[in-house]
Amino acid sequence: MIEINNVSKWYGQFQVLTDCSTQITKGDVVVVCGPSGSGKSTLIKCVNGLEAFQQGAIAVNGTSVGDPKTNLPKLRAHVGMVFQHFELFPHMSITENLAIGQTKVLGRSKEEAHERGLKLLDRVGLRSQADKFPGQLSGGQQQRVAIARALAMDPICMLFDEPTSALDPEMINEVLDVMVELANEGMTMMVVSHEMGFARKVADRVIFMDHGHIVEDATKEEFFGTPRSERAQQFLSKILSH
Amino acid sequence: MNYHWNWGIFFEQVKAGEETYLDWLITGFGWTVAVALSAWVIALLCGGIIGTLRTTPHRGLAFFATCWVELFRNVPLLVQMLLWFFVVPELLPRDLSLWVKQDMPAKEFVTAVLCLGLFTSARIAEQVRAGVQSLPNGQRMAGLAIGFTLPQTYRYVILPMAFRIIIPPLTSEFMNVFKNSSVAFAIGVLELTFQARQMQEDSEQGIEAYLAVTVLYFICAFIANRGMAFIEKRSRVPGFIATAK
Repeated sequence: MIEINNVSKWYGQFQVLTDCSTQITKGDVVVVCGPSGSGKSTLIKCVNGLEAFQQGAIAVNGTSVGDPKTNLPKLRAHVGMVFQHFELFPHMSITENLAIGQTKVLGRSKEEAHERGLKLLDRVGLRSQADKFPGQLSGGQQQRVAIARALAMDPICMLFDEPTSALDPEMINEVLDVMVELANEGMTMMVVSHEMGFARKVADRVIFMDHGHIVEDATKEEFFGTPRSERAQQFLSKILSH
Repeated sequence: MNYHWNWGIFFEQVKAGEETYLDWLITGFGWTVAVALSAWVIALLCGGIIGTLRTTPHRGLAFFATCWVELFRNVPLLVQMLLWFFVVPELLPRDLSLWVKQDMPAKEFVTAVLCLGLFTSARIAEQVRAGVQSLPNGQRMAGLAIGFTLPQTYRYVILPMAFRIIIPPLTSEFMNVFKNSSVAFAIGVLELTFQARQMQEDSEQGIEAYLAVTVLYFICAFIANRGMAFIEKRSRVPGFIATAK
């Protein structure tokens, strides 16, 4: 589903990604973790072309992301993305947030988009908030709406860029619950996160990044059992010690 | 002060005609409003486009927009007015130049509107740019991630918020366009300032004339201000801090 081959990226002289390669097959849930500045957010943004890369290749469902001939908007329409800071559109009501992509990009009718939006709101438990605006919801609620907004486009896979790191602790679980459910339904997911509990529960593989390198790319059992690199061991001992 | 006050002057007839001085002022008021509103339409349109272009990743377009802003912002409005009126027609191709100088209808008015509109557009462009840049980059990414093209992202995501954010400086600009329209008198538009001067020369009651015009400008700007405040209130986003009262 997602193939990342020898991707390197520079910001000017500074190299943020070095020779990153991995594959995510259909139905897989892959959690990407690593210290801040390790390039994990940059890597996930390369997958749907929000960030450009200078070397290597990324293909989503067989379509090359780096190819200048690729119709990126069309590709992105089917790759759901959830951001750290939710990024709902503040001037639109919740239902409008869910409908706008469906009507303007997928060409669905307003009624159809509205219906689909309400169904997804039901699913993330926010039907009662349908007519509010993003600024009137809590962070956890906003992030659940953001997930519903991505799902409204019927994505073939979902990218999560630190979906819980801007949330108060008590709101993290409501978002993770939605993600777990999604994972259990067989959605292909790439999740940048430090939520090791989530990784243990639903991940098929865990990727550990450091200084722009993919240091570790292992099954969940291997990773939490005996991560091979010293750096990953250090990282795990730091975030799992409490 | 040895001045002969005569507030009744407005109802007296002008020296060479049937109308009263009040009629002159009313005509002037009409031209002022016409110049200001027409220029405002041009300014909003061009300013919105140019300001947007300055924030796009396309370097050529951004450079063009920067040149636009620098050109119209760095030359005094009065000089621009004279340039448009006396110099630009000379630079046009011969036939067009002749047409502009001899046959163009409402030549002074059209020139003043164009000049004031473009001058103001440079200022609005800067405000639009600031508004766009004040939004988190994540908004642009969220728009693109949903499958919008860049123009769609601007249309549905970025500009609706940017314009809401810049309503306060836009309010000042809308008031400025009324006040700046007075410069149009220099090329002979029969607006308020022109009429006040004409009344001063014709009646020798200059103080009354200029005071009356002052009040009329004040009223224009005041209404403009209240109108924008109304729009600001109407376009407020519930739960959004930056526009909350």
